[in-house]
Amino acid sequence: MSAASEPAIANIDHVTTTLIDLETETVRGLNAALHGLSRDNSQGSWRILNPRGRHAIVAGLDAPVKIDVAGNVGYYCAGMNKQAHVIVHGNAGVGVAENMMSGFVHVKGDASQAAGATAHGGTLVIDGNASARCGISMKGIDIVVKGSIGHMSAFMGQAGTLTVLGDTGEALGDSLYEPHIYVRGTVASLGADCILKTMRDEHKAELFEKLKSAGIDGQVDVSDFKRYGSARTLYHFHIDNASSY
Amino acid sequence: MCGIVGLFLKDKALEPELGAMLAQMLGVMNDRGPDSAGFAVYGAGKEGFIKATLRGPAGTDFEAVGRALTEETGEFVRVVTHDTHAVIAVPTGRWPSIRASIGKIAPDLALVGEGSRMELFKEVGLPSEVSRRFGLDKMTGSHGIGHTRMATESAVSTKGAHPFSTGVDQCLVHNGSLSNHNAVRRTLVRSGVTFETDNDSEVAAAYLTQCMHEGDTLARSLERSLDDLDGFYTFVVGTRDGFGVLRDPIACKPAVLAETDRYVAFGSEYRALVDLPGIEQARVWEPEPGQVYFWGHDA
Repeated sequence: MSAASEPAIANIDHVTTTLIDLETETVRGLNAALHGLSRDNSQGSWRILNPRGRHAIVAGLDAPVKIDVAGNVGYYCAGMNKQAHVIVHGNAGVGVAENMMSGFVHVKGDASQAAGATAHGGTLVIDGNASARCGISMKGIDIVVKGSIGHMSAFMGQAGTLTVLGDTGEALGDSLYEPHIYVRGTVASLGADCILKTMRDEHKAELFEKLKSAGIDGQVDVSDFKRYGSARTLYHFHIDNASSY
Repeated sequence: MCGIVGLFLKDKALEPELGAMLAQMLGVMNDRGPDSAGFAVYGAGKEGFIKATLRGPAGTDFEAVGRALTEETGEFVRVVTHDTHAVIAVPTGRWPSIRASIGKIAPDLALVGEGSRMELFKEVGLPSEVSRRFGLDKMTGSHGIGHTRMATESAVSTKGAHPFSTGVDQCLVHNGSLSNHNAVRRTLVRSGVTFETDNDSEVAAAYLTQCMHEGDTLARSLERSLDDLDGFYTFVVGTRDGFGVLRDPIACKPAVLAETDRYVAFGSEYRALVDLPGIEQARVWEPEPGQVYFWGHDA
């Protein structure tokens, strides 16, 4: 993804903040109000109080709006997101930013399984760890995890980037298509058809751009990372690979 | 789906609140498992006595059963009734003969669980309603586990509700489904184990009990289950002194743990934990797949 596809956060009006307390409002009511916002101009800032692990908080948005969620969220937070800039000040449950199209989602704590799953675009930054299947079937999202990720991450990923400052679990990038995976720590094991690749200048430049979008350029050296990608031997059915499918 | 909760108290001052905390957690898991619910509470035990939890048809006069047992056996049988269940406490040495007498005096009663500390309750119905009927919120103890069931694998029945107990002071709750439970059941039956249901989770409970019967610790038994049980599972297992957690190596089913200096809590989802005291400061994490966790009080 190019920098141009990132949300125009500077255009968001930060003066008007709408406060929603989920102890008194429902998630359904919150999401309906957000779905009613105009897609075309700044919709200000929203602050969501007492999320208390509830599911589907701010899912399905399509508006240039900044949202701070003050606490831990449940499943599918910011799922299907377009345009919105969502900051979770806590941990996120299963499928944070799953199927995101554009926008920016920042989890200040840890994320559960399938973070950024199937997402087509946008940026997902996780300050802590992400568990299993991070970026599974990713289709263009940029994911930056400052901690470590679990097993089967980027499984059947098709496009996008997955950057991990810590370690990865087993079977990284199994049956991978074309995402670029950058890992600074250790890889427990590589999945079928995922291999270590040379880190050329273009990859260093791409990685630098992703680190910059996560706000950690200058703090982390791109030359500390290794690149992993597809060996492209499983793209088409081949009888000799039958046992690998 | 199904929901699991577990609570292990480190701080004795919380023990009077165990039931209320567990009931609240279980209620949040209503929508993960509205079919039936159950829980096991490890409360105070009395040296030399065994507690047996019995289940009867609605309207069973457990007090009358207690009086008849006292008369039949010459041993005072203390009865505490909780809706369709009752807990009796008897001297451990007299338990085999008293159990035989129960079969004679009240053949329609089922033995749900037995142990020096464990009391086990389960019924069909919405979990918050089930825990209200049994008075969970007033129960005290050092630890407890609970389950809300969305039945997928065998019938919605009281017998099919969790926890499953197959050994003294031992019980198991399970979120998931086992694919090789029939084969494992056949092996266990050949070893002399008997089963009450067609349920896969009962096989898991019996498997662990059999391992421990062979001399393995709970932790070792859970490790062995990684090789022998196939399928999706998050298990939470209660023993006399603590509880253990194991997720399958693929980590198909959700699990969240929270620990403070006062307790360790388990929930299928974080939502179940949000009302626990000091949860904002707790260390919250997901248990690693295929790794055995156990917290226990020194025996």
